[in-house]
Amino acid sequence: MLTKRIIPCLDVKDGRVVKGVHFKNLRDAGSPVELARFYDEQGADELVFLDISASHEGRKTMIEVVKATADQVFIPLTVGGGISEVEDVRRILKAGADKTAINTAAVKNPELIAKAARRFGSQCIVAAIDAKRVYEEREDRYVVDTPEGRCWFEVYIYGGRKGTGKDAIAWAKEVEALGAGEILLTSMDADGTKMGFDIPLTRAVAEETSVPVIASGGAGKVEHFYDAFAHGKADAALAASVFHYGEYTVQDIKAYLKARGIEVRL
Amino acid sequence: MKPQIAIVDYGMGNLRSAYRGLERGGAKPVITDKKEDLEASDAIVLPGVGAFEDAMANLYPLREVIIKEAEKKPMLGICLGLQLLFTCSEEGEGRGLDLIKGRVVRLPRNVKIPHMGWNSLEIKRDSRLLAGIKSGDYFYFVHSYYAQPEEEVTVATTSYGVEIPAIVEKGNVFATQFHPEKSGKLGLKLLKNFVGIASE
Repeated sequence: MLTKRIIPCLDVKDGRVVKGVHFKNLRDAGSPVELARFYDEQGADELVFLDISASHEGRKTMIEVVKATADQVFIPLTVGGGISEVEDVRRILKAGADKTAINTAAVKNPELIAKAARRFGSQCIVAAIDAKRVYEEREDRYVVDTPEGRCWFEVYIYGGRKGTGKDAIAWAKEVEALGAGEILLTSMDADGTKMGFDIPLTRAVAEETSVPVIASGGAGKVEHFYDAFAHGKADAALAASVFHYGEYTVQDIKAYLKARGIEVRL
Repeated sequence: MKPQIAIVDYGMGNLRSAYRGLERGGAKPVITDKKEDLEASDAIVLPGVGAFEDAMANLYPLREVIIKEAEKKPMLGICLGLQLLFTCSEEGEGRGLDLIKGRVVRLPRNVKIPHMGWNSLEIKRDSRLLAGIKSGDYFYFVHSYYAQPEEEVTVATTSYGVEIPAIVEKGNVFATQFHPEKSGKLGLKLLKNFVGIASE
């Protein structure tokens, strides 16, 4: 049976992992390659590198990081951050990444998803969507029931700094139609809270689209991963700090999920 | 002597992991689009990412040499590289390599497409490719189409809405629908097994 996937995410800036990673047994916790290997050993199903370099030099360095990682780690690698044209996608895939995640550039230029998917195949184009709740009733929006009240979800871009007014669920359907092979869905409300994934958001997107959905933002406990799969209908769950701070290993989470009847690769 | 394995470069697929994986398995891989390299190598790997029709068009100059060499030496198709071995595909026009009789068809509508992620194998018969690998082991799949062989070639299957041939074998020709180069330790083991076959 196809398993649910657990995906650690690393923020990489100028070739180094940022967001303090705290492991005693790592020689160099700032090395993306070293960390990638470490998570592979723990049983991570895939890895995501998010390039948060602001400079051109930083992005060039990222290509080297991808090459070095692909040389040593034999699980799928997705690279996101700062991808704005088809040529960026080509460079990253050529360096050894399996997928590229496109966020802001897709909102500004949806044709980018279509072009990249046609050229490289849908399977390597991940549409990354950052969504934030708006508690208002609107006829032209997908309004969803949540324990906190009825709301729709607004798409944010530029790393969550700018609202677009776009409906995230409608946008998810649109990127699927354009050719995205997967959706990386981050709840801006949940991100950083460690209070759990936004289940109503995840579920709505999973039900309205037919490509795999990766839930992201808010993971703090093993139960949260269970909820994302059992109630949110996600195909994969992504987390950062819960792994980086050593609160749980990927294995801990998978053992818990398996005990509760969720199919995982152990 | 390390066996030389030619990885057929016919487009823009990610060949880096396959290269490193074969290297780890003890081979001397060569990424190439030259007929002479295919003839001079001990084995051939036919990778594949992208669409069937584009791939067959790009592969056209090497078509005859691949068919000829497949009779003499081990060949491993990976993912789309498995599908290209068949007669034809629903995905596009053009003939496949027709080394194995059968069609490639789209996954059923009742499952999410692409089939993306780790899925378990059910081994149907023994193969040298499977040394150290057992039923229930997980491998990484990414595909929207699957093969329907008209010959007895299926070594292992996986289940995703339908039963999908995950590994096929016919004479010298082996192929996996999953990506061994992306399937962690077990994937590396399978590549190493192939390098072993290439060394014989």
